[in-house]
This record gives sequence, C-alpha cells and structure tokens, in this order.
Amino acid sequence: MTRFTPNRRTFLVAGAATAGAVLTTGASGLLVPARAKDISPTQTMRGGANNYIPGAPIVDRIGGGGFWMTGTVRRVGDGAPLEGARIQIWAHTTEGHERDERSHGATLTDADGTFRLEMPQIVPAFGQAHGHLAYDSGSFKTVFLRPLMSSPNDTSLNVDFVLEPA
Amino acid sequence: MPSLRAILIWGALGLAIAVPLAIAATSPLLAWRQPVYIASGLAGVLAMTLLLVQPLLAGGYLPGVSMRRGRAVHRWVGVTLVTAVVAHVAGLWVTSPPDVIDALLFRSPTPFSAWGVVAMWALFAAALLALLRQRLHIRPRIWRLGHSALVAVVVAGSVVHAMLIDGTMGTLSKAALCALAFAATIKVLVDLRAWTLLIRRRA
Repeated sequence: MTRFTPNRRTFLVAGAATAGAVLTTGASGLLVPARAKDISPTQTMRGGANNYIPGAPIVDRIGGGGFWMTGTVRRVGDGAPLEGARIQIWAHTTEGHERDERSHGATLTDADGTFRLEMPQIVPAFGQAHGHLAYDSGSFKTVFLRPLMSSPNDTSLNVDFVLEPA
Repeated sequence: MPSLRAILIWGALGLAIAVPLAIAATSPLLAWRQPVYIASGLAGVLAMTLLLVQPLLAGGYLPGVSMRRGRAVHRWVGVTLVTAVVAHVAGLWVTSPPDVIDALLFRSPTPFSAWGVVAMWALFAAALLALLRQRLHIRPRIWRLGHSALVAVVVAGSVVHAMLIDGTMGTLSKAALCALAFAATIKVLVDLRAWTLLIRRRA
C-alpha cells in the first residue's frame, strides 16, 4: 500500500504534465541557462542525511547494477551546469541496507552537469521505496536529498540539484 | 460440541490473524532484509492482529470465553501487544537508528511515522492506566473513559500507520484486518457505552 499507486492514467497525466512543462519552459527560454535567473536552490529534504557515510569512494558502479540514478547539477542564479560536482548516492537495494558501506558510492558530473550511476535495484524500506543523494563537497552548500520512487518497480530515478554558494 | 456460530466466529478470527501474518512472512521484500528488520516488521503485523483480538475479548464477543475470563485474557494480550510494539520499534532502531529517531521526534519525512508514534504512546498510556487502576484507586469513570479514549487513538493511529506503509503486508489482507479491528473497536465502545458515566454525571 502506497500513497501513490501508479496506473495508466497517472502515467498519462504525468507524461502530459511533463511535456507541457518542457514546452512552456522551452518556449519561455528557461532552458537557456543565461536567461534562467529565477531558479531557486534545492533544499535539503527531511531525513535526507540518514545513514550518510562521509567520503564514499567514486565508483564506476555500485554493486551489480541494474538500476540507474541520473540527474543534473546546476548553480543557482544563471542555472549554469556544474562540471565535476561530486554526488554521493546510497539506498536500500537488493544487495544491501542503507547502512552497509557497499550500498554507497559517488560519481562526478560531466561537462553538461549531468550524472549517471548504475546501482542495484532499490527496494521499499521503512515504508517507502526511496533513494538518498548528497552534494557534500566543493564550494557550494551541502544538500541532502531523499527522493521517492513513484513505483517500487521503477528501474531509474532522476534527481536535479540547484546549488547555492556556501 | 461447539455450535456452528462458534465455529464460524473462531474460524473467521483465525483467518483474520493467520492470513496477514502468513502473507507478511512470505513477502518477497524479506529476501533483502536482515533478520532483525524482518522480525521487527512481523512484530508490527502481530501487534496489528492483536488490535482485533482486544476489543473482541473486552466485549465478550468470543464464544466460549466468558466476560470475566475474557477480561483476564485481555490483560495478557495487552502485555503481549505492548511487548510487540516495543520489539517493533527496537528492531527498526537497530536496522536504521536515524530513521527511528526522526520518527520519535516527529521530524520524519514519512507521514505514517507520526501516526505510529502517536498510537504507540497512546498504547503505553492505556496500558499504564490499566496497571495503576487499582493501585491508585482510579475511579471507574476516569478509568473507563480514559482507557476507551486512549485505545480509540491507538486503533485509529495504527490503522492509518499501517495503510500508508509500503511494506510486507498484502494490500487486501491489510485493509481487511484494519477494517475488522476498527469495526470491533467501534462496536465494543458503543456496546459498553464508554461515555455513559460522563453523561450521567452531567445529567
């Protein structure tokens, strides 16, 4: 039992909403970084830092993989993509608990500010299927996120960071 | 020779308890959980089933169990219920301390945690009231109103807590168990007219 049980309608509505949002933001020029002056910084979520282990190593993949954690990292103000931002990722997966060191790994963003890290399938724990991400190093303010999966069957999760200077 | 009615009532109660426990005990999620996490989840499911048993005992609805004997069993089931809830929280604490600390401090991101924690404290208070009732010579009016009000919070909080969780219980069996526990609690509160002493005093 979840608060959110996806079905065909929710997917269609979500898809239409996303398409609409992309169209409006694209048309208004928000996707052009130089003009995106009003993007607000991503706030740390409650519980985001739970079971965080500082300094998790940069890895090519966490465990056996099969699930993709993806996202972007931009800076507040002009929304310019940040290259080389270190994002740490951990979750309760088919291969281990959140507290297990093997469930943790980090990756760096590319020149376009995107990151992608393969990891084991996230499974529901503590009542919700969720992941943890942290931006915890460098010249911007630390942010801890705890995004929910819309369905425990999802095989990817996309998370966007907007960072503000520390 | 028990009557058909007795067989049906006991059979239904047995199923209402056994089916959710069996489904939770065979959930695919268990494959990715440590023993202590599995045990704490099952302790929570057990506690939920006892929330159905308690009002049935208090109201004397179970065939073959007299009101007097039912009350005695109600006390022991109450002790088991408190133990199960303590085991539930303790096991979750061992599994992920920060998540349980967040829940107990009402700062958890998961909406179901607060309902569970409120139900837990109401359960402890209801049990404490029962424990101190004779020692402190608590008047019947206070006792019955207090215990009834507290267990109403326990059942309502636990039902919302359970229904919001994506866990090992099957959705259908969980909903059925919650509905039965809720209905049984309402019935016994109405039948025993938990509030009459309050009204009589005012009249």
